[in-house]
Amino acid sequence: MELTAKHHEYWRKNLVITAILFAIWFVFTFVEIWFARELNSSMTFLGFPLAFYFSAQGSLAIYVALIGIYAVLMKKLDKEYGVDEGDLE
Amino acid sequence: MSTPAFSQSAFNKNLKKYYTFYTGGFIAFLIALAIAEQMGMSKAWIGYWFLFATIGLYAGIGWMTRTTDVAEYYVAGRRVPAFFNGMATGADWMSAASFIGMAGTLFLSGFDGLAWVMGWTGGFCLVALFLAPYLRKFGQFTIPDFLAERYGGGIVRFMGVICAITCSFVYVVAQIYGVGLIVSRMTGLEFGVGVFVGLAGILVCAMLGGMRAVTWTQVAQYIVLIIAYMTPVVWLGVKHTGIPIPQLAYGYTLQKLGDVEKKITNDPKEIEVRKTFADRSAAGKAALANPDKAFADGKAQVEKNLADLKASNAPADKMAAAEKAVAAYPRDVSAAKSIWNREVGLIARSGGPRPHAQAFPGKDEAAQNTARLNFIGIVFCMMFGTAALPHILMRYYTTPSVQEARTSVFWSLVCIFLLYFTAPCLAVLAKYDMYTNLVGSSFASLPAWASAWAKVDPGLLSIVDINGDGIVQLAEIVIGGDLIVLATPEIAGLPYVVSGLVAAGGLAAALSTADGLLLTIANALAHDFYYKLIDPTATTGRRVFLSKFLLVCAAITAAYVTSLKPGDILFLVGAAFSLGASSFFPCLVMGIFWKRASKWGAIIGMAAGLGICVYYMVTRYPFFGINMPLWFGLSPVSAGMFGLPVSMVTIYIVSWLTPAPNKEVQELVEHIRYPNLAGDTVVSEAR
Repeated sequence: MELTAKHHEYWRKNLVITAILFAIWFVFTFVEIWFARELNSSMTFLGFPLAFYFSAQGSLAIYVALIGIYAVLMKKLDKEYGVDEGDLE
Repeated sequence: MSTPAFSQSAFNKNLKKYYTFYTGGFIAFLIALAIAEQMGMSKAWIGYWFLFATIGLYAGIGWMTRTTDVAEYYVAGRRVPAFFNGMATGADWMSAASFIGMAGTLFLSGFDGLAWVMGWTGGFCLVALFLAPYLRKFGQFTIPDFLAERYGGGIVRFMGVICAITCSFVYVVAQIYGVGLIVSRMTGLEFGVGVFVGLAGILVCAMLGGMRAVTWTQVAQYIVLIIAYMTPVVWLGVKHTGIPIPQLAYGYTLQKLGDVEKKITNDPKEIEVRKTFADRSAAGKAALANPDKAFADGKAQVEKNLADLKASNAPADKMAAAEKAVAAYPRDVSAAKSIWNREVGLIARSGGPRPHAQAFPGKDEAAQNTARLNFIGIVFCMMFGTAALPHILMRYYTTPSVQEARTSVFWSLVCIFLLYFTAPCLAVLAKYDMYTNLVGSSFASLPAWASAWAKVDPGLLSIVDINGDGIVQLAEIVIGGDLIVLATPEIAGLPYVVSGLVAAGGLAAALSTADGLLLTIANALAHDFYYKLIDPTATTGRRVFLSKFLLVCAAITAAYVTSLKPGDILFLVGAAFSLGASSFFPCLVMGIFWKRASKWGAIIGMAAGLGICVYYMVTRYPFFGINMPLWFGLSPVSAGMFGLPVSMVTIYIVSWLTPAPNKEVQELVEHIRYPNLAGDTVVSEAR
């Protein structure tokens, strides 16, 4: 079928959501690692040096949250643009 | 999608009921065994009970879910709810390396080990954002299916098959190795026998019911493995931090560990032992510089010693020791050389403990930056490799809808997160326990677990009183990483039934991953190679039969390769991820997000990525004996860091140089980008 302008807008919004979440992922992975020495000596959190905390659980929790947020946002977007799959019952 | 009589909600409800019942049953089984242990059941019998009860259970699930229907066999009928698919993916994902090896690696290498923790979780963000929903909408059976439809043609499919089999086979060998190890520990059977007992469990399950059986068994295996991992940690946590969720509180234990490490670094007895190792290493080096002379001198020395003692009428025990020294002296120069080489290696034990939380240790700025680069390399390759391993991506074909596929990635990572954020905690608690209780205790009263494990395998634990003071120094302990998880229950003083539980958990982890991998290999051969490329007229019955047959062949080949015990397991696993990241990830993602990506772009891109990756590994990994200088000091495990960008750039350039994909392909790309488009029912429900 021919895609409408609305479809293209859906895809653009999807790309924006994807890009933002990807950027957050990048910061809490590679930027965090890059400055690990500085973060470690800067402060402690719950007794952990900061970089150790993020690498051992902080970033992991953020990964979980990112995927959850993506699923929720996309579900809403699907509905809004009428491309959702409806109820599966 | 569903047969008229089938109701997804009733199915979901039943699933919850079954697995709640199952979990309760498993806990009752544990309690019964614990009571039996108190009443005097022997350790060997507890081991047998765990082994046969769990394997029997998995086989039972496999038998109940047996099928010959194609859609059931390949994608479990596409009705696995998000949460259950998440648990199955968790079990599929967490291998023997995660379950047994991870905490040990963290124990031994501290902060540096966290690269694996991050790498093996963060990749699921990439799966969720770039792959899972689109692959589900595409909705075929295998990953090469997608490549073939998107880029058109047999060559792409064939390359996809080659890549899928390479990654999966390398990985499955590591799993079967783990199975053999655990079965032989648990029951005292021989390693080879252990491999085949475990293999029988895998086969019954994967062969009878394909993806359907594997899915429901993996859910059961996830429940076993997570209970097994958590029990000892919670116990140890209560002991050291006073709360049952030690993951949140071990930061303070980590601080105390830092103090203990400082004390050990400056302890004079420790320094004495470390100096002994440094001296022995230096002596070995000196001897190797001039081996013939050193050999002759050494021989003359022990003989003269004996002669002197004889002449002076020394006491009998001294004489005996001197005679022994003469007898044990190496036969020839080459035997002596291998001993000296070992002595030189002792330099590794001459350093003090490395601060556990310190990032990128190194003697100067440059060394630290190289350590950081290698940390990034591992994280990068593991993450992009996660988003490229076919046995994981395949799982997202099995959900009922695109939406469920997205939610399912979420549940997958939740299930995986539970184990991965526990592993660093376990490492710190075990280390603290060992540094405070074992170090400084006397050799006369070693804890029972220490002497027991030292007896099982000196590679896992060896404690020798180097300086003869009767007190255990840290520098006198050699510990193998695999010990940490397996011995934690005993370190924490738990009953033996918990040790059996941990072994059963490790077995579940290894079996579930091996199941998924073997299925991927068999499907790539039967579906993509035979059905799509050789005989497109094959009946469904024949295809399913062939897949089952090939599964057995793949399993036996893998078991055979495993029995040869090929090299370093962690390298094998890392290599599988690097290979996946360089070959699959770029052309999968670009195929979805860039309509212009063309057939030849994909073919040449895949070949270039794989080529660079293999080239770097072969010319740099010591096993192959070429040992060219490293690029930027990056270790060969992380070869995907070169392979992936090279592959992406190649796809980009070649795609512009070759004709754009035709209209049908462009439409296919549009089709997979929208969960539901009016009028698209044809492609996604192909059976």
